Amino acid sequence: MELKYLFKPSTMAVIGVSTSQDNHPANVIYTKNHLRYPVKTFPVNPKGGTLHREKLYQSVFDIEERIDMAVIAVRAEFVPKVMEDCIKKGIRGAVIVSGGFAEAGNTVLQQQVVDIAREAAFPFIGPNCLGIYAPDYVDTFFLPGERIIRPEKGNVGFVSQSGGVLVDQMVKFAGQGIGVSLAVSIGNKAFIRETDMLDWFAKDIETKVIAFYVEGFEKGEGRRFIQKTEQCGKPVVILKAGKSKKGIEAVSSHTASLAGDYRVFSEIMKQHCVAEADNEYELTSFCEALSCFQKGINGNIGVLSLSGGHGVIAVDACELHGLSVPRLDPKTMVTIREKVSPEIRNIISLGNPLDLTGSSVDNDIVVTATYLARDKAVECLLCLLIPYSPGVSADIGAKLSQVARNEGKPMIAYVPNEEKYRIIIEGFELNDIPVASSVEGAVLMAKALKRCRPC
Amino acid sequence: MLKNKIRTIIDAHKDLGWVLEPDAKAIMKSQGLDIPEFVLTDSFEKAEKFLKKINGPVVAKAVSKKILHKTEHQAVVTGITSGDHLKKEIERLKRLDGCEAILVEEMVQGLEVIIGAKNDFQFGPVVVFGIGGTSVEIYNDTAIRMAPIKPDDVSSMAASLKAKALLSGYRGKAGVNMEILTHTLVKFSQLIMALEDDMESLDLNPVICTKDRCIIADARIILKTA
Repeated sequence: MELKYLFKPSTMAVIGVSTSQDNHPANVIYTKNHLRYPVKTFPVNPKGGTLHREKLYQSVFDIEERIDMAVIAVRAEFVPKVMEDCIKKGIRGAVIVSGGFAEAGNTVLQQQVVDIAREAAFPFIGPNCLGIYAPDYVDTFFLPGERIIRPEKGNVGFVSQSGGVLVDQMVKFAGQGIGVSLAVSIGNKAFIRETDMLDWFAKDIETKVIAFYVEGFEKGEGRRFIQKTEQCGKPVVILKAGKSKKGIEAVSSHTASLAGDYRVFSEIMKQHCVAEADNEYELTSFCEALSCFQKGINGNIGVLSLSGGHGVIAVDACELHGLSVPRLDPKTMVTIREKVSPEIRNIISLGNPLDLTGSSVDNDIVVTATYLARDKAVECLLCLLIPYSPGVSADIGAKLSQVARNEGKPMIAYVPNEEKYRIIIEGFELNDIPVASSVEGAVLMAKALKRCRPC
Repeated sequence: MLKNKIRTIIDAHKDLGWVLEPDAKAIMKSQGLDIPEFVLTDSFEKAEKFLKKINGPVVAKAVSKKILHKTEHQAVVTGITSGDHLKKEIERLKRLDGCEAILVEEMVQGLEVIIGAKNDFQFGPVVVFGIGGTSVEIYNDTAIRMAPIKPDDVSSMAASLKAKALLSGYRGKAGVNMEILTHTLVKFSQLIMALEDDMESLDLNPVICTKDRCIIADARIILKTA
């Protein structure tokens, strides 16, 4: 099944635009795409006439051009007929934003739509969804552009069962400078489901990490999902909602009561290297880390800080999140002591965490990071870079990024998220080093790398 | 594909909804898993002969279609060493509801673990492994993996337990034979894949692990309701 016409359409029909309500979902979708996206967009309403001086098409058959994708925003009971028209017209897929299907108890109507689509091999997203945000291509979210915050184009693919969670996550991604390749709200997921999206993302060269917000799978679908994540070869992050223990009917065996639904889910994700995020903050941190580094680690962290307190906080957080802060090779410590400036040689704390103190200068930090990275016990560097001391220059982000690249080990930075330090943050981020806005956030990023390893 | 023997046992228990212990153990044995030496009888004489042959403590249990959880019905007696004790308990067990026969088995000492399976709605058959015994639900020190599992999964399951030190040996006590435990769990995971259409959940609890063996001391298979 070909999904490129859905996610990278050149032409799109928006079916169900209102002639009287400018804030009707279909109108919002039509307007934003017509004005701001490269996709050529055609509004459809059986009444015909004009909409803002543009031609309003009475049906898809009146559009002369070939149409790649349709947004269907008509009342639920009209959807089957509209979909049949789309299929006849040769449209290659649809987003059904309309609600009033299974979520409202109308499973028969939903099944009717699915049957029509299956017979014609006509993929659709939804119903009851926001649909697709594909930067540079199309945006079917029926939310006015001025109301939402969209992340830049990037390499995270995100799929959500909930439209609200998706939009909110977009805001968080944008705030952390995480870009998306494609974000899809799959709603009732009557046709396109998580497993189909895995197939798409596996082949999509613009996507390096795939994230999901999932409430539940169908019978046996969890197993298929796991099989596909293994085939796909890209890191997968998942946030599961609905974790509370459901009453298990007729608990007649110990095992059934020990293995509640969520425990099974969570342990299997670990078994198969799917990075399960405990909450939305972890989801954001995991995506940011994995968008920079796709290879997992066993969890051995080297902590470099310019303040003793930050080092200790980081070590505590590492322990809380199941990461190790290993002892360094004595040779590493001897070398670092030799290489740093004489002024700080006797005041630094050598070990892990390693505290260079507020008297250190750029070169001390760079040299120390280099030898820390060369220590065999360390798999990933946490650089807690508080930029308050005068010896730290604005170039430190870019300089440390080069160390990570030269030494071939992942590095994660903490820099306070303030406009004043933007140049340092960008020095890291533009060089593919993720930056957290808290020490714990940096530790969560390291946890993401560990979660991508078999447990 | 299920072996014919297993198929026959499963089909014979469909109406009951679960497989009786001696039959569940027969299934495990046919899969190459270790079960205790036993005698299934209603005669004290045969039981006593078995006790003498074993020359060590035995366990006596009531086999009843009406008793799913034996401990709760006082249907298990451990540590029987004398003929008198055996006789008294057999007579008592026979009076329990629906008792069809008495299962007398060699009693093995070692670390009690649980090896279980659940046919999960989303993921299909999953293996549960952890510290076993009658308090298993209180501690819930278990790990879960999607079946079938690989030897590496067994290592990671063991490593994830709070009581992992008990497996490797603690305070001078011998640890568990990890090679045999791994074999047991891997074989078990293959069996539950074959039972996917029939099984709802399955308890091997306890499985007694020593430095030489992993012996299934109790087994119960809950079948899917039609």
